[in-house]
Amino acid sequence: MSYFSRRKFLGKTGALISAMVAAGFITSTAIAADYPTAEVNTTGLSVTDDTVTVGILHSLTGTMAISETGAQEAEKLAIKQINESGGILGRQIKIIQEDGASDWPTFAEKSRKLLVNDKVAAVFGCWTSASRKAALPVFEKENGLLYYPTFYEGLEQSKNVIYTGQEATQQILAGLDWVAEEKGAKTFYLIGSDYIWPRTSMKIARIHIEKVLGGKVVGEEYKPLGDTQFGSVINKIRLRKPDVIFAAVVGGSNVAWFKQLNAAGITSDKQTLLTLSVTEDEVLGIGGENLEGFYSVMKYFQSLDNPNNAEFVKAFKEMHGEDSVIGDVTQAAYLGPWLWKAAVEKAGSFDVDKIVEASRTGEIELDTAPEGYVKLHPNHHLWSKTRIGKWNKDGQATVVYESELIEPNPFPEGYQ
Amino acid sequence: MGEYSVQELTSILAMQGFAGISLFSVLLLMALGLAIIFGQMGVINMAHGEFMAMGAYTTYLLSVMTQTYFPEFMNYYFLLAIVASFLVAGLFGYLTEFVLIRHLYKRPLDTLLATWGLSLIMQQSFRSIFGAREVSPTLPDWLMGSWMPTDTIFIPINGMFVLALTAVVTIGVYILMFRSTWGLNVRATTQNRVMSGAVGINTKQVDRLTFALGCGIAGIAGAAFTTIASTGPTSGSLYIVDTFMVVVFGGAASLFGTIASAFTIAQAQSILEFFISGSMAKVFTLLALVIILMMRPEGLFSIKVRK
Repeated sequence: MSYFSRRKFLGKTGALISAMVAAGFITSTAIAADYPTAEVNTTGLSVTDDTVTVGILHSLTGTMAISETGAQEAEKLAIKQINESGGILGRQIKIIQEDGASDWPTFAEKSRKLLVNDKVAAVFGCWTSASRKAALPVFEKENGLLYYPTFYEGLEQSKNVIYTGQEATQQILAGLDWVAEEKGAKTFYLIGSDYIWPRTSMKIARIHIEKVLGGKVVGEEYKPLGDTQFGSVINKIRLRKPDVIFAAVVGGSNVAWFKQLNAAGITSDKQTLLTLSVTEDEVLGIGGENLEGFYSVMKYFQSLDNPNNAEFVKAFKEMHGEDSVIGDVTQAAYLGPWLWKAAVEKAGSFDVDKIVEASRTGEIELDTAPEGYVKLHPNHHLWSKTRIGKWNKDGQATVVYESELIEPNPFPEGYQ
Repeated sequence: MGEYSVQELTSILAMQGFAGISLFSVLLLMALGLAIIFGQMGVINMAHGEFMAMGAYTTYLLSVMTQTYFPEFMNYYFLLAIVASFLVAGLFGYLTEFVLIRHLYKRPLDTLLATWGLSLIMQQSFRSIFGAREVSPTLPDWLMGSWMPTDTIFIPINGMFVLALTAVVTIGVYILMFRSTWGLNVRATTQNRVMSGAVGINTKQVDRLTFALGCGIAGIAGAAFTTIASTGPTSGSLYIVDTFMVVVFGGAASLFGTIASAFTIAQAQSILEFFISGSMAKVFTLLALVIILMMRPEGLFSIKVRK
């Protein structure tokens, strides 16, 4: 449960009050009558006296459905909780869900449909950078508002997007600093799938390793998306003997990569491996036994030990089943509706321009995020902590390191 | 390379050699089923990858069931899973031929569209039944890890397992196609359908069983690949391009062509990949294939026919 900053004092009694809210003892203090529709909606969005409509746009079919399922489940959970606690400005949120079908032009087309035909007040959606890049011109032209949940390569800051995942430097630099310090790593082998996110990430990593850490990159390798044969690469890695393998392999390749590493006898007792692309979702496919002892760098792990997270995990499992797991992006997606709520209430309006203005004040914050406290930076990204998780056989990670709050820096100087 | 000992370099050479052979066995196992269907029947089965995924999901299901009901048999279920995958995929292939393919023999290009449609239907069915997330069967312990003939050589056991399985299946297919009466019927039907019918071969039955056999072998391949890669609704589509590449390059109607082609492609790919990056290795391999196919459109091996 979350409260906007003006009512931050409520957060102090967090668990108790949110339990009461959920049970319906307290209804939200904001009632619609205080906010007449004509005033809170001057741009013709789909807002009535008692409802406001938002869009959810993720792939429910196609390759990306694997990853995007969790994100849309989390967004629905957040919206359900907001509705149960009285909605936004006294209005209940209604959802229109569209399927991006893992096809980038479809994301653009569905965005247009949501913004132009349905006039939704905000959209929670997209997952891959490619889908975001495809939808972006539509959001900018129609002046829509997109909450984007995935950790990504940075180098972007649109007026119409709020990025709730980490940008590359937040994730990568903290991770590399940690292995350099904790493991005394000097030599690195970089490997990723062959598309924009791993390539940009590895470019940043290489500059950081060579210029800042004074280490050496002994190999840099990209495999075609979907490739499942890693025998030769594994032998190359053996030949170069890196202190650390730094990996950003995605999708089906990711599973093959870890299964084959394990089968080739490269296990965590002999080799340090840090990956950017394994969350609890991926572990389901890879199998915990193939990952045991390797590290992931993320801002969120399901095993995080704090009251917010305990409540979130419980609510998520109640809604989506006991077997469901929660990865980094799922948690980031959960923040979207809450951040939107906070901004709307600060702005006292559903108008996109006013929400963006409120979001840029640097005062939108959530005490109740499962990952802990987060704050929205005027550059549309979140201040967040970076964590290193060590994978266990059961598919959950033990958090072995937690950074301070890191400022988001989507255009890192000297790293481009 | 002064910092490496001779022993280390030899070990890596040995492991690299095995990586190439391992890739060869994977490609061959993928392609065998298609070589039968495409090579013998001329049907372009775009759903081949999905039949592999069906085998993989069968393995997953058996793994879950074994773990729940007979945990003491976890070490052996995988062998059963291979047989089950063959039967499930084969049975489904049999039905597919009956419902869909047999109406399209005279329109070979339409089979391409029909089987592609089938592949989409199958993908979405996997997604609806098993969920969009990737799943992983629990592998028996004896399939994990690696065999170490010396201190520095690691040979993955799952790779050896796939290699052995490929050998068994290939020999099986060879005996079936070239040493049995049924195989004789299949080859006769391929060469001259009308005449085969005239001498009393039930060509419809032959077609149906051939298609089922091809799909069944795809199922075996799917089961075997759960040991090295992922199982998701769209995993099948990862394999389809490589599979067609092997079959077409080898010469459509030739089993030996398929073997030779899988070997050539695998070695080229794995050797190139050792020296240059993964993506570029693939580019060069494909480029070489295109050039060779331009000069020899019928592939490496082809049956000489009078035209």
